[in-house]
Amino acid sequence: MAALEVRGIEKRFGDFKALKGIDLATGEGEFLTIVGPSGCGKTTLMRLIAGLEKPTAGDVLLNGKPITPLPPRSRNIAMVFQSYALYPHMSVADNIAFPLKARGVAKTEQERLIQWAAGILGIEALLHRRPARLSGGEKQKVALARAFVRKPSLFIFDEPLSSLDAQVRAVARAELRQLHDRSGVTTIYVTHDQVEAVGLGDRVAVMQAGALRQIGSPQALYRDPANTFVASFIGTPPMNLLEHGDTIIGFRPEHVLPRPTMPVPTDVATFRLRITRIEFLGAEWLAYGSTNEEFGSARVLCRLRQEAVDKIRTDEIQEFVVSRSQLRFFDRKTGMRTAPVPIRGESA
Amino acid sequence: MRGQAKRQERARSEAATSDDELPQRPLRVGIADRDGVVGAIMLAPAVIYVIALVALPFFLAVALSLSDANVGNPRIHHFVGLDNFISVVHEAAFIFALRNSIIITVATLVLLTILTILQVELLAREFPFKRLAQIILILPWAMPVALAAIGWLWLLDSEYSPIDWILRAVGLLGPGTVLGPANNLYYLGREWLGIGSVIVINVWRTLPLSTIIVLAGRTAIPRELYEQAELDGAGYFRILFRITLPGLAVLLIVAILFTVLVIFGDMTVVALTTRGGPGYTTEILPYWAYLKGIQGGALSQGAAIALFLFPVLLAASILVLRMAYRREE
Repeated sequence: MAALEVRGIEKRFGDFKALKGIDLATGEGEFLTIVGPSGCGKTTLMRLIAGLEKPTAGDVLLNGKPITPLPPRSRNIAMVFQSYALYPHMSVADNIAFPLKARGVAKTEQERLIQWAAGILGIEALLHRRPARLSGGEKQKVALARAFVRKPSLFIFDEPLSSLDAQVRAVARAELRQLHDRSGVTTIYVTHDQVEAVGLGDRVAVMQAGALRQIGSPQALYRDPANTFVASFIGTPPMNLLEHGDTIIGFRPEHVLPRPTMPVPTDVATFRLRITRIEFLGAEWLAYGSTNEEFGSARVLCRLRQEAVDKIRTDEIQEFVVSRSQLRFFDRKTGMRTAPVPIRGESA
Repeated sequence: MRGQAKRQERARSEAATSDDELPQRPLRVGIADRDGVVGAIMLAPAVIYVIALVALPFFLAVALSLSDANVGNPRIHHFVGLDNFISVVHEAAFIFALRNSIIITVATLVLLTILTILQVELLAREFPFKRLAQIILILPWAMPVALAAIGWLWLLDSEYSPIDWILRAVGLLGPGTVLGPANNLYYLGREWLGIGSVIVINVWRTLPLSTIIVLAGRTAIPRELYEQAELDGAGYFRILFRITLPGLAVLLIVAILFTVLVIFGDMTVVALTTRGGPGYTTEILPYWAYLKGIQGGALSQGAAIALFLFPVLLAASILVLRMAYRREE
């Protein structure tokens, strides 16, 4: 049975269709990330699940029971906002106690649960402080403790890491995932950062313009994007997309190799590229190039290892190869995956 | 290597062209660059205002209250000590004026606080015809005092009061009813109805200002805080008392301080309605000071009465400001 299920959810704001019929289901204890560019409707979807907005059409089910008409406080869903929304005039301990007091939990039990939640997140020393005197990372932990302490049926995180420094963010990401694995509570995590989505989620749902474009494991999304949007959204740098007749050919930057580095090129497609600039990334190099007119003079990025870079000269047209098994084909009109089409190159 | 040299050359040529095109400002320090001078000029109007219109009148009032000056002989060089204060305190009107000043101020405050919170909670939400409601709620503030006085005097008239008319129509007033045998209530002719009328008018005219002040604070509370509280399982009253009111505390205190200062020192409402009567039963300190000092010509006694207001206002100001600062920490 799905922990959370969303059936045909639609939401309009006046004439604007924010969500155009979303179907989604999570497994018990799953960590599902929802990713998409800003304005794609992901936050609206979260607010509908939490009960802060009412859907125009469709249903939300939690553990098999429809909760669409219920107010937020009857849903037992905990949400962590991007701003953390800590109560500014209450101490950390009172912040964590707030959901317990609202539920009428006994005083001694409150004390025990506050200590328990604070212990898990390592914030025992902060319990008497006011939120104004906490750092961003500490605020995030308090918000997590407050969400955690009431043992909800579902966690919703709305970009909880985006207001942290890059360094703190990496640590917080690992802690968040650990917290989920320990508690086993089904979690929905919304972000616009595909690196975060792919790194954290058991499964990733990609949204665009109010619709769900693809849902699957991070590996499936990366290797077999269902359409050009997912292909160009997931991966840093994204998949190269070249127009070729009625199809679009896609391949990942790390699958491009200069022809001389492949002693016996078999079953590959050949592309003639002009590399204009090479950037040093540490373990590898990033080459910026473009194709000839045959592929619409498209921009192509290549991630190359040191030995491949030695074979490259800038501002010259050279041959590059991509293994045919790594090529993906999309319909040029709809952007959806299609069957492979033949292109130039050596076959086995 | 070559590419790098080329880039440097380009950067140099760009810098050169921008140097040619942008005229340099002359290096000079004007009067506006000297913080000390600018500060003094900016502060001067406020300092002059406080000295001329607050400090001087205050010390003049103290001097008057310790002299035997009157309208016929307004010289203040004859020192009489606390004689004025002693004689004022022994007058029958004093105890009424002090009592009524305190009752009217406190009752206005209590009613105002409750109504302000209700109005702010109402205006913080979306509902049909909200614009119209806002205009109506703000109207008392925009209405000229004279116009408001005419309206209130009619509402509280001893014979033609529309309130009495409605009460009679629904069978609550007149011979053989709950509110007595008379056909009218005579709002301004009875001690407690008079005081009550003054309180109602005070609340009516100060409510818009305090609502605007507190509404500014209400809209500054982030909406996510309310959504978080809802998700945390809080009901309406828990949200009101644990989220809204603590968030409004500072501005509520400011609004209350403002009102204490306005109401306790104000005489216009009493002057336009009961004139302190019947007898001294609805007398208040500022109106009595005006009657004695200006109408009666006893400048020194009028000043002494007015000075009774000072310690109360000073204490209220200090207390409330201190609370406001403590809240902010």
